[in-house]
This record gives sequence, structure tokens and C-alpha cells, in this order.
Amino acid sequence: MAQKVDYAALKKGGYMRQKQKGYGSLRLAVIGGNLTAENIKKVAEVAEKYGRGYVHMTSRQGIEIPFIKVEELAEVKEELAKGGVGTGVCGPRVRTITACQGSEVCPSGCVDTYTLAKELDARYFGRELPHKFKFGVTGCQNNCLKAEENDVGIKGGMNIAYKEDDCISCGVCVKACRQEALKMVDGKVELDAEKCNHCGRCVKSCPVDAWEGTPGYIVSFGGTFGNNIYKGEELLPLISDKETLFRVTDAAITFFEKNANPSERFRKTLQRVGEEDFRKQLKEAYEGQ
Amino acid sequence: MAELDFEVTDEVDITDKVCPLTFVKAKVAIEELEDGEVLAVRMNDGEPVQNVPRSMKEEGHKVLKLTDNEDGTYTMYVRKVEE
Repeated sequence: MAQKVDYAALKKGGYMRQKQKGYGSLRLAVIGGNLTAENIKKVAEVAEKYGRGYVHMTSRQGIEIPFIKVEELAEVKEELAKGGVGTGVCGPRVRTITACQGSEVCPSGCVDTYTLAKELDARYFGRELPHKFKFGVTGCQNNCLKAEENDVGIKGGMNIAYKEDDCISCGVCVKACRQEALKMVDGKVELDAEKCNHCGRCVKSCPVDAWEGTPGYIVSFGGTFGNNIYKGEELLPLISDKETLFRVTDAAITFFEKNANPSERFRKTLQRVGEEDFRKQLKEAYEGQ
Repeated sequence: MAELDFEVTDEVDITDKVCPLTFVKAKVAIEELEDGEVLAVRMNDGEPVQNVPRSMKEEGHKVLKLTDNEDGTYTMYVRKVEE
């Protein structure tokens, strides 16, 4: 008798059954959208040998190799491991951590997104939860990585400080600011802090570094972009250190774990139980209690 | 216009271009200059004035001033800095 295939277990390991009987698409482990040349060579080799010679790129920076035979799956995983390639996850757990290239590569970046994605991956990837849970990290307000479509979205920003003595009154920052938060008054720049969205464009554009920017994180909660669409909400001020950031992400994931019904996305949980308690717990995490 | 405390070597008008050619035209113009010389770049309000001065900084040049011409255009004065 043929052995019964446990598809739920396979799904946990990133293998999704296809329409074609006996075949599945294998999702690979990718952190922050980066793979090494060695990784990619191995993926290409495996796709040619075991798949149909192509890969599918997912909407969240993942790679899948379609047309993997279920009976060859163990061998495929072994082969991939030789090139340093792991497998991803599907189902009710923490999914691929996505990231833009961030401040290490992009001139617009305010934070090192890739390092943060790796840290989030080490902390949460694959963790079992009532439903899927997505983290995304984007380096700045340009939001290339679409932070708010994730259950927890993290966006780089900057706390800014004006160094009046260094200012040459050139006027560049006043025009660079898209929030109209800056005004030139008698040769000095005035900041309307209420309007500032921490984008850091003043810091990036100032020719004499008269704006000092301290990187920080803007976090949004409860985003979802599938059957229902909901933009994650910013419920806290800019977070300036990673310790606080991780306390806050811990609080969010713990709240979801404790309160969500099976197969209920974070946003639905927040809507069902109400946001008040969640906000309270976030505030406590933010303040380090 | 306010008094300038530097001498302008050359001028370029990039109001006839759209992003990213605005910056390309300004970049070509500044490449013609010698180290320390100043280029005046006339550009449109909006995206050019938000981005071109910053791009000049990222190229290593020194932006000295941005003047509102009060006709929907701005003039940026930028000193060439050789690598």
C-alpha cells in the first residue's frame, strides 16, 4: 500500500501541493531578499535536475521551485543544503522576513534593514501561531518594502535635531521636506515637530550637516493584504533603540498568540477583542515595563 | 536677489527636463567645471528642487545656496569638489 502523504507536515516545511498529482512547489528560505551567488547556483542546479528548470519568485521575496516530486523532496532538501539553501515555511507560523536593501546600500535608507531582518528571523522565523504572521522591514518613508501590509511592519526613520550654528541658511532642507514642516525665518530654520514624519530628508540633503539624524523605527500593526486588505496602524512614537523595538515586537506576537482564534489574522483578532488592551500592552513594552 | 558671496562660473537651466534627466543635465554641466568653481542651476519647484540638491551632495559637491526666483523656479549654487 502506498504511504499516505502528510501534506500539513510538508507545508510546514515549505512544500505546497500542486494541481498536478504528486508534485509540489518548494518554498526556499530567504531573509531580507538576499541570496548569495552560491545559493542561487545551487537553486538553479536543483530546479534543472528535480524541477522543470525554472523558479517562481513570490510576492514576498521568496523563491519557490515548482514541480518537485513528493518522493524526491528529502533528496532535494539535502541537495539544497549543500549550497547553503534552507527551506521556507507556509501555514500558521511566522513567515519570511522581508526587507529592502536599507542604509547599508541605499542612499535613502535610515536603518540597516538586512541586519534587522536577520535578527527578526533568528528570533521569530517559523514560530507556530494561530495563523500566518508576517514581518516586513523597510529602510525609509519611501516604503519600497510596503511595511503596512505586514502584521508587523517596521520602517526606518530619523529623529532630527537642528544645529543652528552650522546652518548656512541655504534653504535646501526647507524644499527637501515633503511635509512642509520646515520654514526659513530670518536665516534660521524653524521646525514644526507636529508635521515631521521622521523621513530624514533634511538630514540627507543638508550640505553642511546642520541636521543631525538619529535613526529609529516606526512600527505598524495588523496589516493584511490578501482576501481582506487593511493597512497596518502606527500605534507608537518613533522607537530609537533595538531593545525597545524587540520588546514591542515580542508584545505584539505574544498578544496574537494568546488572543487569536485558529485561522484568524492579527487584524481580525484586534477587531474582535478590541484594541484597547493591545495598546496598553504596547505602551508598557515601549516604556520598558 | 540676495548678494552672493561667491563667484558664479557657469549656469545651466534644467527646467526643460524631467527627473532623472534634470540631475543628468546638472551633472554633465558641473563636470565641465574646475575644482572649486561654482555652477548655478535653475530648476523647477517640486521634485527637482526636492532631489537635485541632495543628489549633488551625494556626488560630493558642496551646495552653497538655494534661491527662490519667485516664478516657480529655484536657482541652486553648487561648488564643484573633485574626488
